[in-house]
Amino acid sequence: MPGAMRERFAEVTTDLLGSHERLSVVTADLSARLFDEARAAHPDRVINLGIREQLLIGVAGGLALAGMRPIAHSFAPFLIERPFEQIKLDLNHQGVGAILVSAGASYDIAGGGRTHQSPGDVALLSTLPGWTIHVPGHPDEAEAQLRAAVRGDDPVYLRLSNQSNARPLAPVGRPGFHVLRRGGAATVLAVGPLADSVLAATEGLDVTVLYAATVRPFDTATLRAVLADQPEANVVLAEPYLAGTSAAEVAEALVDRPHRLLSLGVARDEVRGYGTPRQHAIAHGLGSAGMRLRITRFLAA
Amino acid sequence: MTTATRPVRAPYRFADLPALMARMTGDEKHALAASSTLDVLWVLYDRVLRVTPEPAEDRDRFYLSKGHGPMAYYAVLAAKGFLDPDELDTFGSFRSRLGHHPDRMLVPGVEISSGSLGHGLPLAVGTALGLRARDLDEPRVWVLLGDGELDEGSNHEAIAYAARAGLDRLRVVVIDNHSATQGWPGGLEARFAVEGWATARVDGRDHAALAAAMNAPESGRPTVVVADVDEPFDHH
Repeated sequence: MPGAMRERFAEVTTDLLGSHERLSVVTADLSARLFDEARAAHPDRVINLGIREQLLIGVAGGLALAGMRPIAHSFAPFLIERPFEQIKLDLNHQGVGAILVSAGASYDIAGGGRTHQSPGDVALLSTLPGWTIHVPGHPDEAEAQLRAAVRGDDPVYLRLSNQSNARPLAPVGRPGFHVLRRGGAATVLAVGPLADSVLAATEGLDVTVLYAATVRPFDTATLRAVLADQPEANVVLAEPYLAGTSAAEVAEALVDRPHRLLSLGVARDEVRGYGTPRQHAIAHGLGSAGMRLRITRFLAA
Repeated sequence: MTTATRPVRAPYRFADLPALMARMTGDEKHALAASSTLDVLWVLYDRVLRVTPEPAEDRDRFYLSKGHGPMAYYAVLAAKGFLDPDELDTFGSFRSRLGHHPDRMLVPGVEISSGSLGHGLPLAVGTALGLRARDLDEPRVWVLLGDGELDEGSNHEAIAYAARAGLDRLRVVVIDNHSATQGWPGGLEARFAVEGWATARVDGRDHAALAAAMNAPESGRPTVVVADVDEPFDHH
């Protein structure tokens, strides 16, 4: 089952192909069947390359050089990690953009094991300049981000997940961080689909909770503005990918202010187990109880 | 240093290229990687490509995938009016636009930035698809590869896909100086032929033969022209 965000991605893309004549969608077999209807309507712009992920990004770069706006889609490890040099050279170094849309996130495909998991994707893309990185927490957010991305020509990563918050939390058209709850002792940045768990984890705690469905560019201004109201700069990152991915951004944002940082996220070590995404979240300390425990200890330290 | 008089004057001929290259290498004998591409580049720009210094949307595209040894490329671009020949003197210096691998964001007429092997052909496949989607039917997309470069697996993803997608506007020229470490049994063109490409092998120093092969009529399939050059090589 493709999950609600990936289904929405296919529906919205099919719709956008009708109104954006330069838009093209490129797949490497995965999800290709979701675009059968679109391919029948736009055979020259809906392209399935077979299981060829280096070509997936190369073709996206070549399409952009020809004046098209390409969307390239696969599961995160095959879209970002396997063809990473193509992303660096066939997009960034050529000075062209593309919309890379991944599915699978960190451990949506829990039963698939390490080969199908990509907790390091956001960290990898963060080594390259110019990327807008969206981590939507709800299909509505993903749709708004996709529709906005199609209008530009810059590099955009849209990281879809089967995990979702109960309702959209990011106002449409405002990509920065948003205050979900106000407190005085710390600021917790909840990213994408982790937000509901973070709200549960911090229930009754005296903390501000910020929500981010877009992590690059990193909304330094909002983070600093929120911390300006707090006597101590205690920051908690709650990211649904590799722990500490945005730690450098926090350090840069607070270069002039002494601060403490707790980075919650997916551990670097492999979890050599299968099961469900929820079990993986708990194993990485990203269940609400695990996060509450670590945040409370951090506040008490 | 004193101001030197220009060693050659426009319009440039093939025989003028060594002098242009010498402005970059300081050596009339120049580097081997550049030498192996000089004939092919000249024939492309002199007799094949529909390109001018003012880029038109329906121009032919030329992607130099084998970005090593770009002196021949810069010399040809200078000879054809894309670059001021005086700029060749800056080759490789910090503020120069002319690096040891070409950068499309810096150098007029350069369509892709290359250097890392195995990127030009996949990019060209995408461009051929994009031009087709835009109903730009005239441009051909040319890629120059080396036989050693074909070791890179990314090329084989592109070779396999291109013919199946019917990209008849895609044209590849491979400089075959027999440098691939494990070689290509049966000839490198066999790897293209089995995937459905039209193939030709010509003497890479024979300008008339190169031009004839490169200007062969559309065959309904992507085309590879192997330019055979017999020369020693090095690995950097």
